[in-house]
Amino acid sequence: MHRFANPTRFLRLANALLPWLTAAAVLLLASGLWLGLLRSPADYQQGETVRIMYVHVPAAWMAMAGYTTLALSSLAFLVWKHPLADLSARAASPIGAGFTAIALVTGALWGQPMWGTWWVWDARLTSVLVLLFLYLGHMALTNAFDDPERGGRAGAVLALVGVVNLPIIKFSVDWWNTLHQPASVLRLGGSTIDPAMMKPLFLMAGGYLAVFGIALILRIRALYAERRLRQLRLSLTDA
Amino acid sequence: MNGFLALIARDLRLARRQGADVAMTLAFFVVVVALFPLGLGPTPALLARIAGGVLWVTALLAAMLSFDRLFQQDADDGGLDLLALSGMPLVLVALAKAVAHWLTTGLPTVLLAPLLALTLDLPAAAYPALVTGLLLGTPTVSLLGTVGAALVVGARRAGVLVALIVLPLTIPVLIFGVAAVEAGGAGLPIQPHLTLLAALLAAAIPLAPLAAGAALRQAVE
Repeated sequence: MHRFANPTRFLRLANALLPWLTAAAVLLLASGLWLGLLRSPADYQQGETVRIMYVHVPAAWMAMAGYTTLALSSLAFLVWKHPLADLSARAASPIGAGFTAIALVTGALWGQPMWGTWWVWDARLTSVLVLLFLYLGHMALTNAFDDPERGGRAGAVLALVGVVNLPIIKFSVDWWNTLHQPASVLRLGGSTIDPAMMKPLFLMAGGYLAVFGIALILRIRALYAERRLRQLRLSLTDA
Repeated sequence: MNGFLALIARDLRLARRQGADVAMTLAFFVVVVALFPLGLGPTPALLARIAGGVLWVTALLAAMLSFDRLFQQDADDGGLDLLALSGMPLVLVALAKAVAHWLTTGLPTVLLAPLLALTLDLPAAAYPALVTGLLLGTPTVSLLGTVGAALVVGARRAGVLVALIVLPLTIPVLIFGVAAVEAGGAGLPIQPHLTLLAALLAAAIPLAPLAAGAALRQAVE
C-alpha cells in the first residue's frame, strides 16, 4: 500500500486505469439497462415498476461501498498517516453522498406506486437517511478548518465513528419488521431473485462500481492538483 | 483517578461561577417546549399525544447548545494543551468532560422535564418512563456530544457543525426514549425500551471517550 503513497506513482496507475474503467462503465451500464429495461420479465406482482430496482439497488450498494471506502481510507490515514488516503477519504464522501441520494430518490419513486407513499419512517429508510447525514457531516467537518490537515484528521475520526451505522443499515430489515422488503440477493440460503432479473442487476452493479471508480480517480486527481496549487501559492507568498 | 475527579470538580466549579451558561440552556429548554402549544394549538389531547416527543427533541437541542464550548474554551486558553501534557490519558479527560457536561446540563434537564410534562398534559402513567428514559438517555447524548465537541475544536462555525455531526448519532436514543414514553402512556411494558437505552449507554461509556480521546489527540497535535 505504501507504494501508492507516492502521488506520481498513484497518478500513473490511475491514469492508466481510467480508459479501461470508462469502457467497462459504458459497456456494463448499456447492457444492464438494455437487459433490465427491455429484455427482462416484468414482476408477477409489481409489473413494470420492478425495473426501478435496476437503478435503485446498485445505488444503495454503492452508498454502502462508498462509506466503506471512506472508512478504510480514514483508517489508513489515521494509522499510517498515508497522505493519499486523506485525499481518497475527501474524494469518496461526496460520491457516496450522491449514490445515497440516488438510492433515496429512486426508492421514493418506487415506493409511491408500490407502497402508496413516497416515504415511511421505517428502519431501513431512516438508517440510510442517517448515512446521508453522516456523509454531509463528514464533508462539512473536513472543510471547516483553516488547516486542511486538521480537517482531514477530524473527518477521519468522524468517519470511523459512523461505521456503527453500516451493520444497522444492512440488518435493519431483519431486526425490525419494516415496510422495506428483507434482503433478497445477499442472504443466507441463497438469493430469491429470478436469474433473468439477477443478470441485469449485477451488470448494473458492475457499471455503478466502475462509475464510482472513475469519479473517485477524477476527484483524487483534482484534490491533489488543488493541494499542489495551495502549496505553490504558499511558497510564493513566503518568498 | 485524582486527576479525573479534579477535572470534573473544576468543570463543575466553572459552571457554578458562570451560572448563566447552565441557566441559559435550561431557559432554552423551557422556551422551546412552550412554543409547541402556541404553534400547534392548546388542545390537551394533541399535547398529551406529542408531549414525549417534544420533551425528548427539545432536550436533545438544548444539549447541542453547550457542546461547542465544551473543549473550545480550554483550547483557547491553553488548558487543553496542559491537560494533554499532564500525563492523564485523553480518554479519561473526555470521560470527565462528559460527566461534568451531564451533571451541568443533562441532569437539570431530567429534573425539569416532569414539570414541563405537566404543562403538556402528559398522561400520569408515562412519567416513570419519561424520567427513567431521560436518566438513561441523556448521559449517552453527553458522551456522543463529547466526541463531536472534540472533533470541532478550532473549526469555523463550530456550534452549528457540532449539532450537524452529533444529532444523527443520537437518533437511536431518541427513538427508544420516545417509544418508552409512548408505551408508558398506553399502559404497555416500558422495560424493553429502557433496557435498550441502558444498552446504548453501556456501549457509549467505553466507546465514545475512546473516539473523543482520539479526536482530542488530533486537536492538540
